[in-house]
Amino acid sequence: MAKPIISVRGISKQYRLGAAKSQDTLRDQLMHWAKSLGKEQADASESFWALRDVCFDVKPGEVIGVIGRNGAGKSTLLKVLSQITEPTEGEIYLRGRLASLLEVGTGFHQELTGRENIFLNGVILGMTQAEVRAKFDEIVEFAEVGKFLDTPVKRYSSGMYVLLAFAVAAHLEPEILVVDEVLAVGDAAFQNKCLGKMQDVAKNRGRTVLFVSHNMAAVQALCGRIIHMGGGRVLGDGDPDTQIGAYLGEVKKPHTGIAVPLGKIIECRQLEFSPNPIVSGQPLEFTLELGAKQRTQLIDCAILIYSVYGQRVAILDLRTTSGQFTIAPDQPFRCTGRIKHFPLVEGDYRVGLFMNCSEYYSDYHDLASLTVSAATKEGELAPYAAHFRGLVELEYELKF
Amino acid sequence: MTAPEPHVNELADYERVIRPKKGLVAVDFDELWRYRELFWFLAWRDILVRYKQAVLGVAWAVLKPFLTMVVFTIVFGKLAGFSEKKGMNFETYAVLTLAGLLPWQFFANAMAESSNSLVGSSNMISKIYFPRLIIPASAVISGAVDFAIGLVILFGVMIWAGVSWQLHLLLLPVFFLVAFAAAFAIGLWLSALNVKYRDVKYIVPFIVQMGLYASPVAFPSSLVREKFGDTVFFLFSLNPMVGVIDGFRWCVLGGAFEPYWPGFGVSIAVIAALLVSGALYFRGAEKTFADVI
Repeated sequence: MAKPIISVRGISKQYRLGAAKSQDTLRDQLMHWAKSLGKEQADASESFWALRDVCFDVKPGEVIGVIGRNGAGKSTLLKVLSQITEPTEGEIYLRGRLASLLEVGTGFHQELTGRENIFLNGVILGMTQAEVRAKFDEIVEFAEVGKFLDTPVKRYSSGMYVLLAFAVAAHLEPEILVVDEVLAVGDAAFQNKCLGKMQDVAKNRGRTVLFVSHNMAAVQALCGRIIHMGGGRVLGDGDPDTQIGAYLGEVKKPHTGIAVPLGKIIECRQLEFSPNPIVSGQPLEFTLELGAKQRTQLIDCAILIYSVYGQRVAILDLRTTSGQFTIAPDQPFRCTGRIKHFPLVEGDYRVGLFMNCSEYYSDYHDLASLTVSAATKEGELAPYAAHFRGLVELEYELKF
Repeated sequence: MTAPEPHVNELADYERVIRPKKGLVAVDFDELWRYRELFWFLAWRDILVRYKQAVLGVAWAVLKPFLTMVVFTIVFGKLAGFSEKKGMNFETYAVLTLAGLLPWQFFANAMAESSNSLVGSSNMISKIYFPRLIIPASAVISGAVDFAIGLVILFGVMIWAGVSWQLHLLLLPVFFLVAFAAAFAIGLWLSALNVKYRDVKYIVPFIVQMGLYASPVAFPSSLVREKFGDTVFFLFSLNPMVGVIDGFRWCVLGGAFEPYWPGFGVSIAVIAALLVSGALYFRGAEKTFADVI
């Protein structure tokens, strides 16, 4: 039996919520010290555990998927593993070089050319200059940027940009590769290309890979083992089908009355569909309510509908021509809407949110789920099974 | 990889252990050495970007010290009459000013760049691991190119002024290193503080502005000692740039400008203290950078 290449033992990570917020200027901190001179220091800051007593071992060559809802601790786990942030408790033992890819294009500089960025990014990701040089042609070929090598990347299309960024990272040759949801950017062609490369890295080159994704199809295709996280703990660890099943089951349970944090400021208080389950082709109403811990502007917002395997099917764009919404602790954002004929094929769908406020923006996955049941059409042919019919039910007429 | 030895802890052959660090954290020089390429690449990036964007990049590096020298020489040398007081001609006073300006401008730029460097790299810090000390250090290095351009001007002005070349000139790199250490030491403190307290960035221009007058840039430091005596001069030397600038002048103008060595010692001691305390503070604060940046 091979010894584990990574051994995670009782890792916990605590974040303080209040402390950073109350004194984030030196002036406030000095005032705070001056006031608390001679007084007992009462630490009123809130804290929460992003990771709680996480334990697992990874054997060399294993490809592990990490799945879970938003706030389950997946990204924090990767950050602790890649030493970006320090655990509050526990220990991790590592053998070999670990490279992390938490975002494509970290350290890319807009003014520099493709060639310059390949070297810069490669070194930032942990390659030596000699390694980058040896891999240079392969990277250029993979990224298909041959002609634009000496053009500043600010002139690249966004597709070229992410492909180049991924290409550099994909040619890292560490013993352990840690990858966060990087495939979420880019189009389908990009995703396929990247998945193919990841498969190659994982299967043919025997690397150990830890891979966070909401794309269950990708996870299922790549990973031999899955760690299912929730609330900072490991909920399940083992066979992909069982873990994905458990996760999808968890997603289907509605959030009731609990606000889900969307980043530091915004929280999702309600995201509901009515009726749920909905019969395919019938009208569907939705309600969204967002709250905020401090006053901010909600610039864009869209409800995202995904298939069970994480492919985006549709969005509900909530922007208006009249501009942005102000959102504050006493002023939530509330929106209701109605879809006349809900056109999706029966099955389970996962619902997320894209949210852009003044301070940050991001996609948030699995905030709700939606079950669509089959329409019964009397006097017609029995339809094909759902998995033959794709995702969208078209309305059409035929002539013969 | 080392082969596992019998009868040792089963964990002994793990190369790396991640665990919470408690108390003072020493600087890991081995690790810094392993990441030396990243250090050079970041400095290279800063330099490339600086001189690429602006055609004026190089011109600016020439004009800034040169024009400041002209203004200072006229205002302080002629109007305030410092040059006659020290029995110097106008040309020598210009060299004296430039020999003070170069290290000062290097220090001021490098310290400012370095102080903002961590916040400016927040994206890298929250996504990639590397020894964080590299960031403020490489920001200091990127100021060295402006300095090198300035040196060329200095040599030109020396020829114009007819200053005799001193053997001391060979010591210039030593004093440059001292200036580097001073900028880096303050950069360490301010960059780490800046991550946590965002108003620190307002302190930097203040230090630069006050420092210009609290450093012997436009006048020889011997004036201070003659006027106020040794005690005041020791206090004056608490400003680390006093030692650096005196050293530069000595290299360029020679014997008559030999630094008052006990005062120089004070400057060096201050730099050393700032450097060690800055490194320890930085290492202690480092573990929360990614969480608060």
